[in-house]
Amino acid sequence: MAKHTRQRANVLQGTLDMLILRTLLYGPAHGHEIGKHIQRTTNDFLQMQHGSLYPALHRLEMRGWVVSKWEMAKDRNREFKYYRLTDKGRKQLAVEESQWKRMAEAVARIMWPAAKEG
Amino acid sequence: MRWWQIRKRDADVERELQSDLDLEEEEQRERGVSPEEARHAARRAFGNPTLISEQTRAVWSWNGLENLFRDLRISLRTLFRSPGFSMIAVLVMASCIGATTSLFTVVRSVLLKPLPFRDPDRLLMIYEHFRDASMNTQGFNYNPVSPADYYDWRTQTHGFEDMAAWRYWQFNLTGERGELPELVSARGGSWNLFPLLGVYAAIGRTFIESEDRADGNAVILTWSLFERRFGGDPSIVGMQIHLDGKPYTVVGVLPKWFTYPDAKVQVWVPYASGLPPEILTHHDFHFSRVIARLRLDVSLANALSQVEAVQYGQHLQNLNAPVAEDVAPKTLIEDLAHDVKKPLIILLCAVGCLLLIGCLNVANLMVARSAARQKEIGVRSALGAGRMTLIREQLMESLLVSIAGGVIGVLLSLAATNWLVGTWMDLPNVQSIRADGVVLAFVCALIFASSLLAGLLPAISSTSKGAIAALQASSRNAAGSLSRTALRKTLLTVEIAATVVLLIAAGLLLKSFWRLRTTDVGCATDNVLTMGYSLPAKKYDSPQKVNAFNETLLEQVRTMPGVRSAGLGSMVPGAGAGEDDAFTIPEHPPIAPSTALPDALYRTADPGYFSALQIPLLKGRFFTSADRAGRSKTVIINRLLAQQYFPGENPLGKHLHVVPYGNADYEIVGIVADTLYQVGQPDKATMYFPVLNGGSVVGGLTLVLRTAADPLTISVPVQKLIAELDPQLPVSDVLTMQQIIERSLGNASLSASLVFGFAVLSLMLASVGLYGVLSYLMTQRTGEIGIRMALGARREQVVRLMLGDGLRPVLYGLVLGLVVSAGTVRLIQSMLYGTRPLDPAVFAAVAATLLATAALACLVPAWRASRIDPMQALRAE
Repeated sequence: MAKHTRQRANVLQGTLDMLILRTLLYGPAHGHEIGKHIQRTTNDFLQMQHGSLYPALHRLEMRGWVVSKWEMAKDRNREFKYYRLTDKGRKQLAVEESQWKRMAEAVARIMWPAAKEG
Repeated sequence: MRWWQIRKRDADVERELQSDLDLEEEEQRERGVSPEEARHAARRAFGNPTLISEQTRAVWSWNGLENLFRDLRISLRTLFRSPGFSMIAVLVMASCIGATTSLFTVVRSVLLKPLPFRDPDRLLMIYEHFRDASMNTQGFNYNPVSPADYYDWRTQTHGFEDMAAWRYWQFNLTGERGELPELVSARGGSWNLFPLLGVYAAIGRTFIESEDRADGNAVILTWSLFERRFGGDPSIVGMQIHLDGKPYTVVGVLPKWFTYPDAKVQVWVPYASGLPPEILTHHDFHFSRVIARLRLDVSLANALSQVEAVQYGQHLQNLNAPVAEDVAPKTLIEDLAHDVKKPLIILLCAVGCLLLIGCLNVANLMVARSAARQKEIGVRSALGAGRMTLIREQLMESLLVSIAGGVIGVLLSLAATNWLVGTWMDLPNVQSIRADGVVLAFVCALIFASSLLAGLLPAISSTSKGAIAALQASSRNAAGSLSRTALRKTLLTVEIAATVVLLIAAGLLLKSFWRLRTTDVGCATDNVLTMGYSLPAKKYDSPQKVNAFNETLLEQVRTMPGVRSAGLGSMVPGAGAGEDDAFTIPEHPPIAPSTALPDALYRTADPGYFSALQIPLLKGRFFTSADRAGRSKTVIINRLLAQQYFPGENPLGKHLHVVPYGNADYEIVGIVADTLYQVGQPDKATMYFPVLNGGSVVGGLTLVLRTAADPLTISVPVQKLIAELDPQLPVSDVLTMQQIIERSLGNASLSASLVFGFAVLSLMLASVGLYGVLSYLMTQRTGEIGIRMALGARREQVVRLMLGDGLRPVLYGLVLGLVVSAGTVRLIQSMLYGTRPLDPAVFAAVAATLLATAALACLVPAWRASRIDPMQALRAE
């Protein structure tokens, strides 16, 4: 597998699902858009591997958190496979978000204990 | 998911990826990049579309199973592409797995499976145990129990639900309507034995309490006698059969599976039946085995301590008699398997060793092959095959080899188990030895373990390098394969070490067997025929009648053509320990009350016994026909008895006082040379009484004939003669002296030759492995050798270089093996006779054999390396 540079990080194992779900909160998008969005929003810090993006999308679909449909793109005269968040997916996003928050807080408490006290 | 759904899904994934890829390309172009550039940039950003679509599809599909089938397909294809390798690997695995399975089947049935009795975990045997050091020279002693001790234990302790006893017996079974008489092996069992074991009669019933007395005449048939002699006719129950001429009523038939304590037993009579009632009150007649069932609410230690207390009390009351101080428990399985346990475990270790060697050999072959497939693996990992996938594939190959080997091995083992059971004497529980579910599970475990052992190491090593390194490595770049060569050499070292261990065990066992074979028993062994008979006490009820028969028989056989001399005695040398008795010497000061009496083997002999067996007379005289019942009380002792109990004095004219035999003094009239009662056992003090004293002897008499030519040719005329004298008298154990000694060697020859066979097989495997490694090494270094020779290296230098390379792992393995052996020979120490466990001759011979074989295996590739034409070798690069 390709080596990643110092400035860039692979998407953390397990957080990809959450990031995709969060991206779809803005509205339906196809795989390319989702990947580009995550990469661009983080100023190219998070690098999208297509090899994990597409399996992740299909995994979400299999679990019923997103649905997909081939639709015509607004700006291009072609059909793309658009993914849309389901109600179940919305709930899942909430769950993962709160989990992530707790995780981040816990990590922070260990990494910067003084800041917390002050 | 149905297959058309799968195909639709696949098409969908392809389309999705393509559309997104196209979009990426469009975006690149919109940014002003040339179309050609744009396509490449899109591809770069995207990665490997085939791999992505595969991974995406994997989310939906039944991932594991599909992969499994794919691996299976690929592995089968690879294996069929090199049938030579596959065949060798499968055969190696088959023989190793087969041998291991056979041994496991036997070990499981004999040592692990509980006996088929009710609640077998709470059953145990209780023996007497003497503290005297001289009784414990052969290890911890388990002494049979005397009837009075058994009765005391049973009535005076409360830790056991019940205790039962059985004893050895044998009968002349005579026919009602002129069938041939036969000698049947019998047991006397206390009335509560069968209820204690939880065994019910298949037909009829077992004994009741009132039958368990001296004149109790009930008999239970075992299934084998019931079928063989009585045609399986149930109406035999309630009828009478004649044992030693006395009528016994058949009360029942035991179930077919009941072959305790061994399958040769034909009839059971009550424990006390036929015993003189006063014997039951003796504390020093040790002939019973006691089985006890522990109570649920009592601990074993508590129950045993009660028995111990009773026994110690008896010991204190009989200080001069051989009454043991302690008791010793033993499980039923251990009791039955005592003689075979050690050889079985050693054989199991040996096949385990063989299996390890086999697996290492297959692993070695695999490493060699994966080296040849290095480029293929490089290309495949460059195309996106994950390391796990590659390892899985190689493991699948070794699994396939193991499964094929396992299936063939199981078939082999069925035959091998049958052979082993048939060949192995005195294997207990034989009827339960068969492959069952547990054995099958064991084979499966074995297959997986060996495939892991054989496949994992090569798989990990062959995939450890990245794709680039694999592709870059060329044959000129020998360093690329150095690590793999090191792995092969390590495998080889372990293989050779294991071989050395096996070879040394085999060498020691063979040497010890050879020692046993060449032991001098102390009597004539060539052209000697023996046969046994037992005169029933009912018909021969006086010493005169017994003597009349014996003397007539002896007289008549001595006149037969071909018979040089004839003798009669209770036992011949090599036939076992038989009976032994305590004695005192009236001429000596009385023995202190707290010490045990001296003890010697008890034998009877007629005037011709010693000369027939060519046992030399050292002093005094042999018996004469005057040494007979009612005339004189004489005894002949052996050299050891004279030496032990009459040091520095002349035993002749002194007396032995033997309590059980009429409580009389016997005058010593002669001293004869020592004979071995069993090959492999030390000499023992022995006393011989005149056969013509005329009492009936338990176990009967043995007729000894020394002949001019092949002794077996006169066996039929002698048997006819006996049948003429008494048609009701069966003859048993018609054996030559050679056969008796052969029997006494027991399974020493079998276990020695089996271990030897395993050792030879492993030596072959090791040398094949060695040859393979060196050949491979030579191919790897062809270019290097070419350069060396072009630069002026001579051919013998090349040979030396290659030989040194091949023999180094051999030397390491040899040293490792010798060190490990020095530790493991302790395991077989107790099986050795006249051979030290660290026997230098055996160790040296093994080292020499191994080095010679290894040198031979290395010489061929080394010689081939020296024939390399440097020009050709260099051009081939």
